[in-house]
Amino acid sequence: MRNSSSTRLLRLWQVLLLVAFLAFWYVATSPTLLPPVYFDDPNKAAFFFGEPLKVFERIWEWFTSGSIYAHLWVTLVETALAFVIGTASGLAMGLWLALAPTASALLDPYIKALNSMPRVILAPIFAVWFGLDIGSKVALGVTLVFFIVFFNVYQGVREVSFTVVANARILGANDRQLLRHVYIPSAMSWVFASLHNSVGLAFVGAVVGEYLGSSRGVGYLILQAEGTFDINAVFAGIVVLTAFALLLDWAVTLAERRLLVWQPRGGETEKI
Amino acid sequence: MVPALALEAITITFVSPDGARYTAVRDTSLRVAPGEFVSVVGPTGCGKSTLLNVAVGLLQPSAGRVSVFGEPLAGLNAKAGYLFQTEALMPWRTARANVAAGLEFRGVEHAEALRRADQWLQRVGLRGFGDRYPHQLSGGMRKRVALAQTLILDPQIILMDEPFSALDIQTRQLMENQLLELWSANRKSVVFITHDLEEAISLSDRVVVLAAGPESHPIGEFAIDLPRPRDVAEIRLTPRFIELHGLIWHAMREEVLKSYAQQQLH
Repeated sequence: MRNSSSTRLLRLWQVLLLVAFLAFWYVATSPTLLPPVYFDDPNKAAFFFGEPLKVFERIWEWFTSGSIYAHLWVTLVETALAFVIGTASGLAMGLWLALAPTASALLDPYIKALNSMPRVILAPIFAVWFGLDIGSKVALGVTLVFFIVFFNVYQGVREVSFTVVANARILGANDRQLLRHVYIPSAMSWVFASLHNSVGLAFVGAVVGEYLGSSRGVGYLILQAEGTFDINAVFAGIVVLTAFALLLDWAVTLAERRLLVWQPRGGETEKI
Repeated sequence: MVPALALEAITITFVSPDGARYTAVRDTSLRVAPGEFVSVVGPTGCGKSTLLNVAVGLLQPSAGRVSVFGEPLAGLNAKAGYLFQTEALMPWRTARANVAAGLEFRGVEHAEALRRADQWLQRVGLRGFGDRYPHQLSGGMRKRVALAQTLILDPQIILMDEPFSALDIQTRQLMENQLLELWSANRKSVVFITHDLEEAISLSDRVVVLAAGPESHPIGEFAIDLPRPRDVAEIRLTPRFIELHGLIWHAMREEVLKSYAQQQLH
């Protein structure tokens, strides 16, 4: 009980912190509440930093008029595709290279190079290759997600306990069964460990891709607003994106809990 | 009679990447008759586990022959089950699915494999624990699951590498009695590796003592003529047990001291 009441107190303080931040933002950017401290014109603070009430007004308007849904949907589809394709290819490649030492030795420097490359810079090339529609955004997201999953799986497979592999072989597993019943389940736990990261990066890929050139999506909305110096809409877009990212993260946590029941969690004392 | 398992003139030399050679076992022979329970004891680091890895086919000997029921061993030993010293269960499978794994690998239908796994879980005293994952079980329970996982395949030869060494003494004696019970119901050849002489004597028909490594080899063999069925806790108090213990310990003591001195050197 003590625990839950202290958690509640913590939540209260977290909310208070947010309220304090919003209040500060409101007071500091309002043209009428404070005399201009830094800027010569009282409207300049609002021009640069937006006004919280107007930001929320804008979000409210987007959702009530329904104009945001089409953009959100596009961003979500891009994120989901980038995530699924990036994870599947990273998993396949990671398994293959971890189990084929020769190929791994051959490709090692190239993989390192590709991984160190600032891959966001590929966005304009993808725009040329795949057009300004969702294809180029998915491609960017895939390049970001792929390496996270790839390295995790590669590491995961190489760190499968020797004893577990030997035991499965003695129990009669052939190579295919070993892959399916030992290597893949073991690698999957590493994939899940990187899931939060990879979903986040899929989202980054989608939004950055949209921002660099598109006709739909939340990134596009922000780009549009920036073009007309509508700083409130830019902030509104950022708030929507953040909320959305939190939602995705939460969904990942739920999926993780369901799929990794076999892993011990901290504080679990079910031993008998 | 053709031995179930015969290791003949086995030498195992490891070569490290920098070219250093280490001969763990030299010129060692071991024959195990069908249905015989043989323990191999020796000080730590004497190559006991290495010998077992050769018997199961995980390791190729540098010299010597391994034959199983008269046939030379190629690849993994399909007639053998292996109980590891360390955790070998698949942590992503429940106890039931772990026990059923070997049957599934061998093509037994899923439902049938699970049904037989449940029978085995019951046999090792884990009825009702089938849905638990390994991390939800205690060390002793995990060993029982591993035992069931090995025995469900009904191997002709059971190789055990200090299977109970990580357990506390009470759990260990329970497991030893359970092992004896299962073994007497269906006698297979057993090679039981241990560094615990009392465990070796109370379980076995024969105890083989290995010298301290490197270049370990058998230095003595003792038939254990204690009556069966045995209770591992009670048999330790009988005069014959104490006599045998004294005899074997006398042969071992020098090797243990040698091994200890070598560890001090390193």
